[in-house]
Amino acid sequence: METVYSIKPFLAVLISLCVVPIIISSRTENIREGWTFAAAIIKFLIIASMLPIILSGGNLEFTIAQIMPAVSIKFKVDAFGLLFALVSSFLWIITSIYSIGYMRSLNEHSQTRYFAFFALSLCAAVGVAFSANFFTMYLFYEMLSFATYPLVTHHQDKESRTSGRKYLFYILGSSIAFLIPAMLITFSYSGTMEFASQGFMQNVPPELLLILLFMFVFGFAKCGIMPLHSWLPAAMVAPTPVSALLHAVAVVKVGVFCVIRVITNVFGTDLLAKYGYNDYICYIAAFTIITASLIALSQDGLKRRLAFSTIGQLSYIILGVALLSKNAVMASMLHIAMHAFGKITLFFCAGAIYASTKIKNISDMVGIGRRMPITMGCFFIGSLSVIGLPPTGGIISKWYLVLGTLEADKIFLLVVLLVSSLLNAAYFLPVVYKAFFCTEEETMFEKGVKEPPIWCVVPLVITAGISLIMFFYPQPFLQLADLAVNSLGVK
Amino acid sequence: MSTHYPALIIVVPLLTAVIVAAVGWINKKYCFPLSVASLAASLLSSIGLLFEVMKTNGEVVYRFAGWEAPMGIVYNIDYLNSLVLIVVTAVALINLIFSKGSIENDFPDKEGVFYALYILFTTGLVGMVATGDAFNLYVLLEIASLTGYALLGIGNERSPLSTLNYLFIGTIGATFYLLGVGYIYIATGTLNMAEIALIIPKLPNVGIIKFAFVICMVGLFVKMALFPMHGWLPNAYSNAPSSSIGLIAPLTTKVTVYIMVRAGITIFTPEFTFEKMHLDKWIVWLSVIGIVMGSCFALAQKNYKKMLTYIVVAEVGYMVGGFWLGNKLGITGSILHIVNDAAMTLCVFMAAGIFSYKIGDHISDFKGLFKKMPFTMTAFAVGGLSIIGVPPTCGFFSKWYLVSGGIEAVKATGSIGALAFIVALLFSSLVNAVLFFRIFEVAHFEPFSEGHGHEGHSAVEINEAPLGMLIPFFIVAFSLIFLGIFSGDIVSNIINQFIPVLPAGI
Repeated sequence: METVYSIKPFLAVLISLCVVPIIISSRTENIREGWTFAAAIIKFLIIASMLPIILSGGNLEFTIAQIMPAVSIKFKVDAFGLLFALVSSFLWIITSIYSIGYMRSLNEHSQTRYFAFFALSLCAAVGVAFSANFFTMYLFYEMLSFATYPLVTHHQDKESRTSGRKYLFYILGSSIAFLIPAMLITFSYSGTMEFASQGFMQNVPPELLLILLFMFVFGFAKCGIMPLHSWLPAAMVAPTPVSALLHAVAVVKVGVFCVIRVITNVFGTDLLAKYGYNDYICYIAAFTIITASLIALSQDGLKRRLAFSTIGQLSYIILGVALLSKNAVMASMLHIAMHAFGKITLFFCAGAIYASTKIKNISDMVGIGRRMPITMGCFFIGSLSVIGLPPTGGIISKWYLVLGTLEADKIFLLVVLLVSSLLNAAYFLPVVYKAFFCTEEETMFEKGVKEPPIWCVVPLVITAGISLIMFFYPQPFLQLADLAVNSLGVK
Repeated sequence: MSTHYPALIIVVPLLTAVIVAAVGWINKKYCFPLSVASLAASLLSSIGLLFEVMKTNGEVVYRFAGWEAPMGIVYNIDYLNSLVLIVVTAVALINLIFSKGSIENDFPDKEGVFYALYILFTTGLVGMVATGDAFNLYVLLEIASLTGYALLGIGNERSPLSTLNYLFIGTIGATFYLLGVGYIYIATGTLNMAEIALIIPKLPNVGIIKFAFVICMVGLFVKMALFPMHGWLPNAYSNAPSSSIGLIAPLTTKVTVYIMVRAGITIFTPEFTFEKMHLDKWIVWLSVIGIVMGSCFALAQKNYKKMLTYIVVAEVGYMVGGFWLGNKLGITGSILHIVNDAAMTLCVFMAAGIFSYKIGDHISDFKGLFKKMPFTMTAFAVGGLSIIGVPPTCGFFSKWYLVSGGIEAVKATGSIGALAFIVALLFSSLVNAVLFFRIFEVAHFEPFSEGHGHEGHSAVEINEAPLGMLIPFFIVAFSLIFLGIFSGDIVSNIINQFIPVLPAGI
């Protein structure tokens, strides 16, 4: 396996940081959004240009600074990191289009701040994806926490203040209380922070290992595992594009990404399997999956329902990696991509409905499919993907996950997955049903209600389309996940 | 020239202080440039001195007037004090430039005297750091203290009383130190630090040295406001004028911590300090209580400056606890925090200077500031994040070493105190996050309100601070990130060179 020393990962991270001052100083709205686009597209192209090297089995490395003798800020692009970076940078382009439609049609205030911090968040998300060691990952993880705070509290009213407080309390509190000590204890025992294919925790005493595992998993509260999940529904107070990209893709996926990194590259799958500690994480994740789905059933606010659905889906990813079997780990990496496209479509639809009708609650959406057929059609495709039904990408990751549970010989978890799929169907399909299947009299909407502006519709059609395409053509994600799992040496 | 750096650092400002006071009577226009020039000269000599130390890889010894050690005063400059010297002179210089406007505002006609006091205070601190003589240190401590009382006492109408309180307690602290030095002199017959260190291991009876050690430490703890001897600090600092508090708050406690490190390692030697005294565990507990209580008190404050003063109390606990962990990482963290905390404290107190100039000190008045003064608030946010300990600001890295030192101590001895120290550090980080985000919330969410007139401040228009304030403020905020990124270099090239090989098993 060749390792190429290249500045590309650094540029990919830096580009959205550099664009921030330009965004702030832009004179008109169109120039500002133009720069956002330019940055998003360049970022995606840089990341995509790394694909051939990675697919041929190589890695890219770049060291920014040596902070301490054994601690550096360093990037290393591997298959898994690239998978996540590809998804998030591509969706940034789409979300930028959507943001223009959404923010302008609702005439939101402080749009400059919004676009600036959005760019900053993406810088942090890709930074996490490309981190070569735990320290760099932590650095960008924290940067993401602070960069998203102004976005979550965008409305600057009382509700967003309370939610912002909750958001920071969970995210920052857990990282200070669990993550920092866990990181330093690990460092004190192993003397290194560099991710390795079978981890670097061999010197840690076994009892401490279990405590550290819990500290890491709960320390990354962005992964939405229960009981540290309730910041996510609270964060739904943010404008919808924020919820769409950050709270369905970037932020929460950074959380699970970090958990996967910790389990595979810090602990190592063999070490965890040896002591059987992964079972605890499996059961917590299984509990989260079922509970979140049950709560989602009872939510009337569309975005809140989506949020609880996200919490459940994130735990699929954690469950997958905690199973430690080859197919399951692959499923969990794939699910990052598959769920991202499905869930962002759903959020885009929720935002589109709000932008055209100002309606947030599901009970008020009877007959909306008659007025906004494209939006609700895409909502249907998104739901299918999240439930995990063909012909959408969602089935592929779920397929591997089911295989993984069989491989690991955990029938109980298989049952959990099946029950959860039923529950997912139970909370998504009625929304679609009510939207389409009603008589003209029952419709709650006037004839005049139309699809939202084209800027909003195009993105959601694209993401829904990709959800479909990924069923037929899951490359390159499948290949990347396969490469990543093979390089880890999971048995 | 370069051989006289140690003298220049002290002598130039000392003489300038006198000249500035005199020039102040003639034409006060010249006071400011003179003061800046003298402090800049000090700063440059400190930097030169650090290079000198690095070149010779050890100590620069300077004998005043050529007198040899037991008789004359010797300045011993090694890695530790050349680092602290740079910190002291840099903070003094930047804060002086920053405060030019407010000095002219607050003390019209008395500028010359103020500048003289300011420089004299800096001279005292610099001398304390540079000297290699235990008694000379006391003399300079008194110079710094007396000028410090004057600088603090010219604040608002309540400052004379709170300063008097400080004067009483501070004098007691200094006297304790002097008493300790007296005992050391009785036992060893010398006041030179290096010689004391050589004689102590040979003494048949260490009882008197133990007594002297305890008294010295108590005196220093009073001066550095370690909980529960911190009572004087919050009022004295929060009533003081912002121009002097930007000098005193970042430096006084830090320099006293430096003296503690110097006493513990150079004068009494680590074997004695950590093995023979059996005090380390108790002092770590004291610092744990100090950190927790300081943080809790800070949480109860509605006045921004008052809140900062309690943060200072908690930070003293960080440094004292780190040092008394008695392992390399802990001591490294403690020394690194001297540097980092000086910069951090300067940053947030500069913000306090701007806030009290524009709005007032009450947190509830900081409404809508992100809109009104975005640049000031950006720099302030960097300072806040550094105090919380968010990477890549420097606050994170000193916390890194301190916590690692705690882990190391727990691993080595299973000490509960060290575990408590880790928990206290994390707790304090959380509290700091609450403290600063409370301010960010007010500034971010609450709309700006007109008619905020406080004590005649209503005439000032709320907008960005003038450039003369903003540029130094930004330099300091930037230095927080700079110190963070280069903290590894500072540690391996400077601090680790100083820390001696510690006896095993502690």
